[in-house]
Amino acid sequence: MTEKIHAEHLMHTTHIRKDKSQIIINVLTYILVTIFCIVCIMPFWMIIASSFATEESIRRSGFTLWPSDYSTFSYELLFRSPDQMIGAYAVTVGLTLVGTLIGLFIVSMTGYALQRRDFPYRNGIMFYIYFTSLFSAGLVPFYLLMVQYLNLRDSYFAILLPLLMSPWLIVLMKNFVKAIPHEITESGKIDGAGDFRIFYSLILPNLKPALATIGLFLALSYWNEWYYSSLFLTTKVEYRPLQYHLYNVINKVASLKNSVAGSNVVITDLPGETLKMATAVIATGPIILLYPFVQKYFVAGLTVGAVKG
Amino acid sequence: MQKAAQQKVINYRKPSVGRTIVQNKTLILMCLPAILFFLVFSYLPMPGAYIAFTNFQYNKGIFASPFVGLKNFQFLFISGQLGLLLKNTVLYNLAFIVCGNILQLAFAIMLNEVACKGYKKLAQSIMFLPYFISDVLVSLLVYNMLNYDYGFISHLVRSLGMEMPKVYQNAGAWPFIIVLVHLWKSTGYGTVVYFAAITGMDSSMMEAAQIDGANAWQRIRYITLPTLKPTVIILFLFAIGGILKGNFGLFYNLVGNNSMLFKTTDIIETYVYRSMMNSFNFSQSSAVGLFQSVVGFFIVLGANAFVKHLDPDYALF
Repeated sequence: MTEKIHAEHLMHTTHIRKDKSQIIINVLTYILVTIFCIVCIMPFWMIIASSFATEESIRRSGFTLWPSDYSTFSYELLFRSPDQMIGAYAVTVGLTLVGTLIGLFIVSMTGYALQRRDFPYRNGIMFYIYFTSLFSAGLVPFYLLMVQYLNLRDSYFAILLPLLMSPWLIVLMKNFVKAIPHEITESGKIDGAGDFRIFYSLILPNLKPALATIGLFLALSYWNEWYYSSLFLTTKVEYRPLQYHLYNVINKVASLKNSVAGSNVVITDLPGETLKMATAVIATGPIILLYPFVQKYFVAGLTVGAVKG
Repeated sequence: MQKAAQQKVINYRKPSVGRTIVQNKTLILMCLPAILFFLVFSYLPMPGAYIAFTNFQYNKGIFASPFVGLKNFQFLFISGQLGLLLKNTVLYNLAFIVCGNILQLAFAIMLNEVACKGYKKLAQSIMFLPYFISDVLVSLLVYNMLNYDYGFISHLVRSLGMEMPKVYQNAGAWPFIIVLVHLWKSTGYGTVVYFAAITGMDSSMMEAAQIDGANAWQRIRYITLPTLKPTVIILFLFAIGGILKGNFGLFYNLVGNNSMLFKTTDIIETYVYRSMMNSFNFSQSSAVGLFQSVVGFFIVLGANAFVKHLDPDYALF
């Protein structure tokens, strides 16, 4: 309040005139924001450019913004023995689809039930869920539970299950559902529909933006998954999720060789650097290509759940 | 008979637990998958924290391993390991919070002053892009820049006639690198959040100021910033609540098992992960993890109490 009065006082002492500071700010904004945007994009561009360079040109002049010698050799190698890549794609696409659908269903169902004002246990259950984000047993007990008790080592379920939902997503969904008028639930009740029926036929169709936002958060976490894979998938698993495959290609020379095994290339001739870059391009491509179409849903989600998340 | 009737009257006034459950059975069933999920993956591991007080032997399991009291914690304190981890974790988080918020606020305010809508949208989209990629790819981007032999920056430095230090062997450089990479990845996200808060505010004050002839600096200084103040303070306090939590993915992918860099880059999460997965030291690993959970829990409670004191609407619980 005091600030407001102060501001008003100040405004009266300033006469209306062509605003110079506005121009300065605009110029500054265009310069700084544009520079930062370039910094945001440049590394992506550099990876693409490097993946199309010859190994020799990288040894000579390093990674550059424009390859001096153009070559598609690394892509040819990857496509000559595409087993690993196709397997990784299949695993990741499968996990993303199944995980996102199941996760969305459970999160929206829970979110709906927990915002019903006539549901007496809503606060208790909400606290039960929320508490897990405040306190956890830590990594070791979780790891031992998964490996020793649930026997999930080398199982894709070890990746599918832990990513299905999070307290934050449930709170976000709850906030989305709250915006739907309570009268819809009431009218369903009057017509004699059960709670699940109301959720399924009356609420879900009205939840499309929420489903898009939360589905994208879920899909992104499955697509970018490498952490649970590194914990639970050993070398016995033939196909790893994409990002974990990329992790191995970047960090382990053996995996790099394996990724093109059977392509009849002498190991010393292997274009290690460009191969890493080409693998990165193939593993990340879909995200970057889809990004322009989906990013508005993320912005919507942030606006709803940002502060109280 | 009479008793049953009496019971019924009482039930009518205040339904018994059993009856409430039956009445709400569908809603309870709808919550059941989530309840089971958190039971298995969050609550079941909790008794396992006992492992921090044992000398864990894998074949015996958690509860048959010999009890050693606080020995694991003692070792971590005396060796100075825990102190180093705490220092690194807290300092990194402080740098992230302070630098991150300043940048995000500045960009959000600047974007708000720009008239061109297309530019606003495009800039937000581009700034937000790094948030979408995995930390695995981030590590490759950094390698692309800083690798001694082929890195873009290495070549740039050399072409200017200077000596490029071997970054991947130089622990002193990494706090700057990690903070910069973190800012690169998260600034867009935070900018969008603050920008949404600015666009959501009452525009009548802004218009009145404009009519009264306030210039852009004055509008930012006396209207935008004060309006954003509560949001900033609350986001800041919650960030402080998570000060013992680290961004594991970023640190582990950038540093990995490069022990030359641990002195300045090892945080609680990376230590816990490595001592379990690489040296199979389950007891010490879980001791550090438990310490983080317990202390972190009280810090969150404190931060929340503070938020509640400032503005009860924003408190988490």
